[in-house]
Amino acid sequence: MEGSKPKLKLAVYWAAACGGCCVSVLDVHEKLFDVVAAADLVFWPIALDTKYKDVEEMPDQHIDLTLFNGAIRNSENEHMAKLLRKKSKILVAYGSCSHLGGIPGLANFSNREDLFNRVYSECESVDNPGKVRPLPEYKVKEGTLKIPEFFNDVRSLAQVVDVDYSIPGCPPQTERLLEVFNAIVSGAELPPKGSVIGAGTKTQCDDCTRKKSENKKIKKFYRPWEIKDDGVTCFMEQGVLCMGPATRSGCGYRCIKGNAPCRGCYGPPDGVTDPGAKMMSAIASIIDEKDPEEISRVLEDVVDPAGLFYRFSLPVSLIRRKLV
Amino acid sequence: MEFKPRIVAFLCNWCSYTGADLAGTSRMQYKANVRAIRVMCSGRIEPTFVLRSFIKGADGVLICGCHPGDCHYQEGNYRCLRRFLLLQKYIKQMGIGTERLKLEWISASEGKQFAELVNSFSETITKMGPCKIKDTMAVLT
Repeated sequence: MEGSKPKLKLAVYWAAACGGCCVSVLDVHEKLFDVVAAADLVFWPIALDTKYKDVEEMPDQHIDLTLFNGAIRNSENEHMAKLLRKKSKILVAYGSCSHLGGIPGLANFSNREDLFNRVYSECESVDNPGKVRPLPEYKVKEGTLKIPEFFNDVRSLAQVVDVDYSIPGCPPQTERLLEVFNAIVSGAELPPKGSVIGAGTKTQCDDCTRKKSENKKIKKFYRPWEIKDDGVTCFMEQGVLCMGPATRSGCGYRCIKGNAPCRGCYGPPDGVTDPGAKMMSAIASIIDEKDPEEISRVLEDVVDPAGLFYRFSLPVSLIRRKLV
Repeated sequence: MEFKPRIVAFLCNWCSYTGADLAGTSRMQYKANVRAIRVMCSGRIEPTFVLRSFIKGADGVLICGCHPGDCHYQEGNYRCLRRFLLLQKYIKQMGIGTERLKLEWISASEGKQFAELVNSFSETITKMGPCKIKDTMAVLT
């Protein structure tokens, strides 16, 4: 590589995540060769045999770009978030969990005690007569065993450390990652710090090509399996709850193209803090009833508003956890 | 110390705010722990407003609009009603008592009713005690 630019140092880390984000990085397929031509992967637990101590030994700001996926669920996640922040020039919250709290964030409807009760005592398939619970520290004769401490709250990455950019999605679209990666490699001017990159600024509805009319009037909400979707008309007009109106565009409305309503993984569009509140606002506008009892009847079909409207964004929403 | 609830009241310009004004000009006495916010229509009140009020420390939120059929913008109060009913379901799930959010229709001539409403709502919230939302949100571990 004589005379050429030094290669970028790239790290990918997973905290409280399912692994789908790492797979979305792998989904670059043969373009991976372009990636490794431009960048050295210095840390990536899912694919490389690198250890935490390797990262600890790096000088500060050694890594050029870190894609951090997953929410902050325990002290190990928190430690790695802080460590990678220190070692990275650009830290990107990659994917819904890291950006918004994501599916693990739904644990904020509960707390540590309730979760442990369910998992180690009440669950139907659990046989735990000694009521054994995981402890952060446990003394055995060989010494003290330590495991990470489990937190009461799930947090997004930006609630723990300073984040440069967020790439939304569950998982993010691989093409958008490549666009971002190419922009960084080419040295193009990067957007202002804190921006959501690799996505649009408007809502899904702005992109979606399903037929929409001005006259949205709903008398009953249906679950997707309860209706025969015509594949053409807006889901909301058919009475199926679709998170499109309160969700950022940029994924290419893939779920909707696959005849499934949007679930909201790209989070709120620019200028919106609380996607669920916007969604409640939108839904209330299209219900075609004026009598309180009739409205309540229509709303009965929205069984779990908090879980539905905040499926990916509970930890970053206004009321970010259930009151206990 | 005696608990004095903080209540945020969103009042529509055309009916409820005028009603509250009437209560004032008629020199009616009512509890002073209500903070009135005038909006052009109850249909303008986004769920975000209500949630933000709770986050900022409101112990109760009162929404007042024109009586059904009387909306200056024809349909605004019905939108408000639907949002209110959906919000009630949501705040219940989040562990906030549904009694803390109240919707009432107050016309421009109902100064007396407004004063009574404020007194009774304030009493309900005083009995319930402070909303714990601020304490819960403060803990981040």
